[in-house]
Amino acid sequence: MNEAAVSLGSDAAKLIEKAKKQRRTKNLIKGLLFLLPSLVFFSIFLFYPMIRTVYLSFFLTNASGAPTVFVGLDNFAQIFSSPLFLKSLKTTFLFVLYTVPGTIVISLFLAVIANEKLRGIGMFRTIFSSTMGISVAAASVFWMFLFHPTMGWLNQFLSIFGVEAIGWLTDPKWALLSVSISTIWMNIGFTFLILLGGLQSIDSYLYESADIDGAGYFYKLRRITIPMLSPTLFFVVTVTLINAFQTFGQVDMLTRGGPQNETSVIVYSIYRDAFVNYQYGTASAQAVILFVIILGLTLLQFKLGERKVHYQ
Amino acid sequence: MTMPFYKKVVLYLLLSVSAFFIFAPAIMALLMSFMPGEQILTGTIIPKSFTLEHYRQAFERFPLLSYLTNSLLVSLLIMAGQLLLSSLAAYAFVFLEFKGRDALFFLFIATMMIPFEASIIPNFQTIRDLNFLNTYTGLSLPFFAMAFGTFLLRQNFKQIPKELKEASEIAGMGDLKFYLTVVLPVAKTSLVTLGVYGFLSAWNMYLWPLLATTDDSVRTVQIGLKQLQSQEQLNEWGVIMAGGIIVVLPTLILLFLGQKKLQKGLTEGALK
Repeated sequence: MNEAAVSLGSDAAKLIEKAKKQRRTKNLIKGLLFLLPSLVFFSIFLFYPMIRTVYLSFFLTNASGAPTVFVGLDNFAQIFSSPLFLKSLKTTFLFVLYTVPGTIVISLFLAVIANEKLRGIGMFRTIFSSTMGISVAAASVFWMFLFHPTMGWLNQFLSIFGVEAIGWLTDPKWALLSVSISTIWMNIGFTFLILLGGLQSIDSYLYESADIDGAGYFYKLRRITIPMLSPTLFFVVTVTLINAFQTFGQVDMLTRGGPQNETSVIVYSIYRDAFVNYQYGTASAQAVILFVIILGLTLLQFKLGERKVHYQ
Repeated sequence: MTMPFYKKVVLYLLLSVSAFFIFAPAIMALLMSFMPGEQILTGTIIPKSFTLEHYRQAFERFPLLSYLTNSLLVSLLIMAGQLLLSSLAAYAFVFLEFKGRDALFFLFIATMMIPFEASIIPNFQTIRDLNFLNTYTGLSLPFFAMAFGTFLLRQNFKQIPKELKEASEIAGMGDLKFYLTVVLPVAKTSLVTLGVYGFLSAWNMYLWPLLATTDDSVRTVQIGLKQLQSQEQLNEWGVIMAGGIIVVLPTLILLFLGQKKLQKGLTEGALK
C-alpha cells in the first residue's frame, strides 16, 4: 500500500517535472519567436555593422568600400598622426564640454521654475519643451540667420551697445562656440521635459515636512530637490553626453566643419572621410575610436552612477 | 500653502524672460517667413506688412509637397515598425519565462551603447548592396528595432496583473491572442507615447536620409531644407524660413498635443 503510494507519488512528480520541462521548452520557443524580429534587425543593422566597422578598420578599401589590402593597425597609426583627426578629437571634447553642462544647467533651471503651481504654467512648459519638436535642419536654418554677420539679430543687438560685429560662424575663435550655443538650444526641449517629469515625481510630503521645519527655498532645493532628482539627472547627463559625441547635422548645415576645421567634430570627420573622400579604412578606424569613447563613457557612468545616485 | 506675492512676481518674470529667449528663434523664423524680402534685408524685426510670397515660392521652386509626403511615409513606417517590434519583445520579457531571458535582456541594453553614427559605413553598404538606396524601405529599415521602446513598453506591461495572464492560460488563450486582445489595448497610452516619440525622431532624422537618398524620389523634407538653404541665393532668407516653418509645423503640433503623455512616458521609460 505504502509502496504503491510512493511509486504513484514519484510517478506524478515525474509527470509534473516532464510537463514543466515541456512548458519551459515551449516558452523558450515562444519567447524567441516574440524576440526574433528585434534580434534579426539588431543583428543586421547594429551588431554586424559594428563588427564590420572593426574589420574594415584593418584594411585599405576601394572606392565602393570593399576591403582590398590588410594593413593591420596602419589606419589607426595614420589617424593618430593626422593633425586633422587629432584636431577633430579635441574639437569633439571641447564641444562636449560646452554643450553638456550648458544644456543641463539651463534645462534644470527651466524645470525648477516651471515646476511651480501657477496659473498659465502649462503654456510656459509647452514653450520650454518646444525645441524638442524642431529638427536639426530647421534649427540650423533659424540659427544661421541669427548668426548672420550683418542682418542677424545677435550682431544687431550687439551693435546697440556699440560692440563690433562678430563673425559667429566664420571666425575660427567663435565658430565652435556658436555651434555649441545652437546645440544647447536644440537640446533644451527634451532635457527640460525629462527633468520636469523627475521633479514632479518627487513626493510633496518631503517639501511639506521641510516647510514645517521652516526650511528656506534654496535649502530645499539643495537638500531635497537635487538629491531626489539625481536618477533623472544621471539619465539626462548620459543621454546629452552621448548625443554630443554623435553630433552631425548642425555642423553640416552651419559650418561644414569650417572655418579651418574648427568645428569638424568626429562624426563629421567620419562622414567626410567615408562619403566625400572614400577613405573607408581610416573612416572606420575613426568610427572604432568613437565607439570606444562612447562605450567607455557609458560604463563609467554606470559605475559612478551606482555609487552616487540616490534612488527613492 | 499660498505663495507670497513677491515670489509670484519673481517667478513670472523669470518664466517670461526664459520663454522669450527659448521661443525667439522660432518666432523670428515665423515673422521672417511672412515678411517681404526688402524688409528682411534692412534688418526689420517686426514686419510692417505681410506676404505669402515666400511660401508660394518655396512650394513652386522645390518639390516640397513630395518631400513632405516622403517624410510622412517614412516616419509612419518607422513608427509602425518600432511599435510592432518593441511591443513583441517587451511581451516576451514580461510574460514569458524561459532560460536565457536575462542574457537576452542584457543584449538589448548593450545595443544602447552602440552609436548608430559609428556603424554608418557598413549600414550604408548593406542598404546599397540590397538596392535599397532611394527607397522608403532603405530609409526606414535600420530603425525598426529599438531598445528604448522595448524598455518603455516593458515598464508598462509589468503593471498588468500576472493573474490576468494565468486566467487567460486556464481559459486556453494562446500568447498571441493574449498579446493582441489584452496587453495591447491595456497599454494603449504607452503605445501612443512611444508612437509620438518615434514619429518625432524619425521626422527629424538628418544623417541617414542624407546618405540613403541621392535623388528627389524619396528625399525627406529635412534634406530638402538643406538643399533649399544651400542652393538659394543668400538673400532669399524669407523663402528659407518659410521652408523651415513648414518642416517644423507637423512635429510642433504633435508635440503640443502629446506633451503631457510624452513627458510621463519618457520619464517612466528612462528611470524605472
